[in-house]
Amino acid sequence: MKSYDLVVVGAGIVGAACADYASAQGLRVAMVEPGPIGGVATAAAMGHLVAMDDDPAELALAHYSLGLWDEFVDLPQAEFSRCGTLWVASNADEYASIPAKLARLAAVGVVAEQVDAEQLYRLEPALAPGLAGGMRVPNEAVVYPPGVARYLVDRAIARGAAWYPQRAHQLTGSGVRLNDGTKLDGNVLIATGCALPQLLPELPVRGRKGHLVITDRHPGLVHHQLLELGYADSAHGDADSSVAFNVQPRPTGQILIGSSREYGSQTSDISMAMVRRMLARTLQFLPGLSGLDALRIWTGFRPVSVDGLPYLGKVPQHANLWVAAGHEGLGVTTALGSARLVIDQMLGNVPAIDPRPYDPMRVAA
Amino acid sequence: MKPALIRLQINHRTVEVVAGSSVAAAIAAAQSSAVFRRSITGQPRAAFCGMGACFECRVRIDGTGQQRACMVPVREGMQVICDE
Repeated sequence: MKSYDLVVVGAGIVGAACADYASAQGLRVAMVEPGPIGGVATAAAMGHLVAMDDDPAELALAHYSLGLWDEFVDLPQAEFSRCGTLWVASNADEYASIPAKLARLAAVGVVAEQVDAEQLYRLEPALAPGLAGGMRVPNEAVVYPPGVARYLVDRAIARGAAWYPQRAHQLTGSGVRLNDGTKLDGNVLIATGCALPQLLPELPVRGRKGHLVITDRHPGLVHHQLLELGYADSAHGDADSSVAFNVQPRPTGQILIGSSREYGSQTSDISMAMVRRMLARTLQFLPGLSGLDALRIWTGFRPVSVDGLPYLGKVPQHANLWVAAGHEGLGVTTALGSARLVIDQMLGNVPAIDPRPYDPMRVAA
Repeated sequence: MKPALIRLQINHRTVEVVAGSSVAAAIAAAQSSAVFRRSITGQPRAAFCGMGACFECRVRIDGTGQQRACMVPVREGMQVICDE
C-alpha cells in the first residue's frame, strides 16, 4: 500500500490539469492511467478554446479557464494559435441576436464585436455569399490538446508525482485498488470522462459521438475558427443527431471540419451518412472546400452529464472522493479552471468562481 | 494522324503536351528535374509512384492546392503552379 495526498484517476486533459495544479500546490500526487496520455476524448477533440454564452455557469467556467490558458501561449507542444472565433449569422434573425450575446459576454469580461456583412467577407473571403454578418471574439484560440495533456503530466512528474500505467479497478473507501492489486491510499479524484460511471455509477455520463474531418494543408483559405450562430441549437439541443458548421484553421494550414452530435451510437465506427450531412452543412458556408481532399476522418465521444454542466467537486456520501468529469464538448477549454475549482476546494481555499453550479451534490445527493 | 495537343501553363510558362497526358507528365516534359512541391522541412519532391498513392506530386491546379498531378489529366488553359 502506498499513500498519497491525491490520487488522480484518468490522464485526459482534465486529469492532467488536476495533477499539474495539485502538484504545484505541494500535494504528493499519483496519476493512474492505463492508456496513452490524452488518448481518448482529448485526442479526438478540435482543441477550440471558446466561451459559449448560453448558460451563465458554463460561461463563467469557460471565461475563468480561458484566462488560465494564457500561460501556454508560447509552449511549442500546445501549438497555440490565437485565430479568434467568428460566429456567422445566416440571416437577419441570427444577426439581430448578436447584441444580446455581446451583452452576456461583456458582462463577464469577454471581448467581442459585431461585424456587418462587408466586414465578414473582408475577414473571411471564402464564405458563401448572402450571409448577414457575424460576431468576432478575437482572443479565442486553438490548441493541440494531447500535446498539452502530455506537458501537464510531465510537469507533475517533474514535481515528484508518481505514474501508474494501470486501470483503477475499484474504490476502496480509503483510496483505490489498481488492476494489478496495488492499493493507493489518499484522496481520490476521478477524471475519467465517459468512463466515469464504471467507478461512480451514481453520476451518469452519456457519450455523445462526434465526427471530424481534416484536409491537407491550404494555408490562408480560412483565418478564424468559424461557427454558425445556430451552433448552440445543435450543441445544447437534445436531438438524437445534429450537425453544425464548425471549421478550424490548424496552424499547419490544414482545415479541421466539424461538427456532428449523436446519441445512440456506441462504437467508434465512422458513419459516412453523418459525414456527408456534416460536409453538406459545411459547404453551405464554405463552398470552396468542395474540391479539397480529406486526409482523415475520426470520431470521438463527448462526456455528457445529466444537465450539461461538468461534475466538479466532492462526491457526496463518499469519504475523500472528488470528481472532475462530464465536460461534454468544453473539456479542453475548461480543463484548467476545472482543476483549480476542485483542488482549491479540496485544500479549503476559496475558489475563484462560484463552485455551486457544478457541485455533484445536485445529482448524487 | 497527329495526336491532339493541349496547351496549359506551368508556373506561368506555356507548355504543349499530347491530349490525355497527366499534369505530372506535362510538368516532367517541361523540365526533367522539376520540383513539384517541397516537404515541410523544405526538401524538393516530385512525382514518384505515378498512380495516386504517394502524394509526392501535389501541385496547385486552377487555384486549388494539394492536387495530385499524376491523377489529373491536362485541360486546355489549365494553370498549374509547382513549388509555390
